[in-house]
Amino acid sequence: MRSDGTPPTPESGPPAPPGPGRRRFLGFVLAAPTLVAAAELAPASRAAAADIPSPEITELLDLNDVMTAAALPTSGLIRVEVHGDGTVSFALPRAEVGQGITTSTAMLIAEELDVPVERVRVTLADARPELLFNQLTGASNTTVSTYTPVRVAAAVARQRLLRAAATELGAPVDALSVKAGVVTAPAGRSVGIGALAAKAAVARTEQASVELKPRERFTVIGRPHGRVDALAAVTGRKRFTLDLGVPDARPTMVCRPPTINGRPGTVANLAAVRAMPGVTDVVVISTGVAVRAGTFGQCIDAVRALRVSWRPGTAEGKSDASVQKQLRAAELPMGLPPLTPSVEGEFTFAFRSNSALEPNCAIADVRSDRAEIWSSLKSPIVAQQTIAAKLRLPVGAVTVHVTEGGGSFGRKLFFDAALEAAEISQKVGKPVKLMWHRADDSRQGRAHPMARSRVRIAYAGDTVLGYKQRHTSVATDLGHGLGELFTAMAARLPVGDAAFSQTFFQLSQSMPYDFGANSRLLNETDKGFNTGSMRNVYSPDVTCARELMVDRLAARTGRDPYELRRRFLRDDRARAALDKVAEAGDWGRSMPAGTAQGIALHTEYHAVNAVLVEIDCRPETVNRPVRDGVTGPRVTRAVVAVDVGLTVNPRGLQAQMMGCLMDGIALTLTSGLHLRDGHFLEASWDNYFYTRQWNTPPELEIVVMPDTTGEPGGAGELGVAASMAAVACAYGRATGTMPTSFPINHDTLSFTPKPTVPPIPASPTDGLDHVR
Amino acid sequence: MPKHTFRLNGEQVTVDVADEERLLWVLRDVLGVTGPKYGCGINVCKACTSHLNGRAVNPCAVPVGALKPTDEITTIEGLADTAGAELHPMQQAWLDLDVAQCGYCQPGQIMAAVALVRRVTEEGRDITEADLDGIRNICRCGTYPRIRAAIRAGAARM
Repeated sequence: MRSDGTPPTPESGPPAPPGPGRRRFLGFVLAAPTLVAAAELAPASRAAAADIPSPEITELLDLNDVMTAAALPTSGLIRVEVHGDGTVSFALPRAEVGQGITTSTAMLIAEELDVPVERVRVTLADARPELLFNQLTGASNTTVSTYTPVRVAAAVARQRLLRAAATELGAPVDALSVKAGVVTAPAGRSVGIGALAAKAAVARTEQASVELKPRERFTVIGRPHGRVDALAAVTGRKRFTLDLGVPDARPTMVCRPPTINGRPGTVANLAAVRAMPGVTDVVVISTGVAVRAGTFGQCIDAVRALRVSWRPGTAEGKSDASVQKQLRAAELPMGLPPLTPSVEGEFTFAFRSNSALEPNCAIADVRSDRAEIWSSLKSPIVAQQTIAAKLRLPVGAVTVHVTEGGGSFGRKLFFDAALEAAEISQKVGKPVKLMWHRADDSRQGRAHPMARSRVRIAYAGDTVLGYKQRHTSVATDLGHGLGELFTAMAARLPVGDAAFSQTFFQLSQSMPYDFGANSRLLNETDKGFNTGSMRNVYSPDVTCARELMVDRLAARTGRDPYELRRRFLRDDRARAALDKVAEAGDWGRSMPAGTAQGIALHTEYHAVNAVLVEIDCRPETVNRPVRDGVTGPRVTRAVVAVDVGLTVNPRGLQAQMMGCLMDGIALTLTSGLHLRDGHFLEASWDNYFYTRQWNTPPELEIVVMPDTTGEPGGAGELGVAASMAAVACAYGRATGTMPTSFPINHDTLSFTPKPTVPPIPASPTDGLDHVR
Repeated sequence: MPKHTFRLNGEQVTVDVADEERLLWVLRDVLGVTGPKYGCGINVCKACTSHLNGRAVNPCAVPVGALKPTDEITTIEGLADTAGAELHPMQQAWLDLDVAQCGYCQPGQIMAAVALVRRVTEEGRDITEADLDGIRNICRCGTYPRIRAAIRAGAARM
């Protein structure tokens, strides 16, 4: 491809016409001692429709299209490398945080190259500034944006290997076949790709034109495959940031303020803490007081010993009630009530923690003229640039390694720990391995913002006349690269000159029902909190509010919730998914009092998700005892149907839907943060009630719908919204009361809050009493 | 510094650390055994679950000075050896059902699962839904249903 970003043309023959016929793609063979094939990250063709205005923007162009389109003029090359031992390697410019993209990427390469998946090694690329917007892992975009380029690079490699094999085996390319990494000639002679790797290499970079394997010949894509890192995970060999042995990167923790974003003042006992066992350094930094020691146990003791006077933070004195009041005040007007009948509802969603199980952590080795960072980062380029600016180093002097992440859920779009580790390493002049305590991660880490959503549906007889939704939220921090991306793209989007967050809202919120005139608006307030997305930005709350009101409309008009949804869905794919869960879940079956079904639907990322759940709200279930946990209503059964278009790895997709369901259950029933006097009360996994085994549905079926589009869609976040909504709808139907505040247990504090000074709890000593 | 001796994954080890240093940091920071993960440090999330003489223990809550020289600590790294195989049957079940997502909690999940199966076997019974409901290990990726299925599959082969 030419550097100005114009579309590629084949090196020989006329360009393939649009429509029927095989498309050819351009790739490269790069000068190297072994075979290195490459391709440019190309845009999805869908984005071309962007200039047509429409009341339903997301059908033409959603967030994914913007992300892929943004990549067009600036993207660099991605490379598939074939080695002498017959393995193939690829450095993926994305972050693997559990969503399975190293596996699906290995599958794409294996498919196109005809090698076993096990022989493809997918690693995570360091920050590559030349990729600009194209190294951001978010919005379920990875497979959408890399599906074609990765296959093009692999196809170029295959073509080169075949040419080398033709010479080697003395047979024309057309007569050769490739299977399991071995090229075979008609006479039965064969040669492995490892033996061909050097022979297929080129001394000067050249272009290559390839066709991709047609779908009817797929043997890997679309078939279930186990994760490529599963063996490492179950043997303890998988290396996360904190497991890396970077020389002299000693354990480091930070003593943090008692309120959100409080600032350190004076430290009364610096010298005494510096003299504690194992402690090598204690320094005041912008976010608190950092301690470096021989072990994390010594860090914990030192952090707890520090006596710091703290200055106010950015949410001083605020509480759930005061923020709710702010949100009410910021709500955009709904307009006059309609003259026709209508249903209307208001919903409140508490702050929620997007903590992963791996806490915020990073390794930093900052020297006078350079820096090296290791962390799981979904926006490594922005991290690199920001860290370089903070350290006053040129960007090129900062190397950022992207490590395997222990979960993200939005958290790793940010690089709070990496930036902090760099600051500490520079101040102490030594490498540091920084870990946030769980209490830090919960209280000072990012949260999904509190929000309110107001919905009005106007109807007359069998017709729905209009849908209005006003979503009001504490500001979501999107300053991790998406912001720059949208700024760059804003002029090309059909959403006028709306502010960035409104643009994002319009692009990511779809309206699957034909509900007449519809208007959905976002307003944000208060930037004093550390916020971020949490397995999706607005969709779970917005969809939950909408689906509850669809249920209310059904109740008001005497219709069945499933039939009403079905009737107003605009899209056949959505209807098929809804029908599937209704059928597989035996919708409408008779159930005991206090139990009920709920059904909900969500569309996003060119994908569809329908969820049916059954919930048990009977007292004997709600009040079943669990030590230091919240039991509450139990989802006893769930049926999930998902249509992402083309599925690369059904087993991985099912895993994503399973996780999304567990998030949805938690969002509706159990998991919220309580804000009191400028800090969150939650400081432990036994305070913040994410779904646990005792909340898990004993019966679960996940149906991957047949592919009707041929194009992959996004999946990592897709399943949360409909899951949350279905659980809420089921709860409303089981109890006869529509829930309006989430999670439903938020008014009950089910734990004793830990102190804020010292900021982290003591390490227990009674472990031997609990051996079982 | 006092010396502490115990058995780790089949071998005698001696470390020179304070009595109160928690076993998790002795394993991770002193001995470089990183299978047991930090997830909370207060015996809540169970990501560090390992075995003490074959039973589930959480090293984040055990001062190393409380261990006896004969105490056998098994981490995920040493689990397969206890079955005399490349993989313990529970690890194999985990692979067969593709349980792991990010994988961070999985060493602890597997160690907790093996201890659970041993316990119910000693009690002369099969695993119940209540046993599975009682597992406290957090999986923030939410792969709980596959964990339940894998424990049943692994138990059948133990």
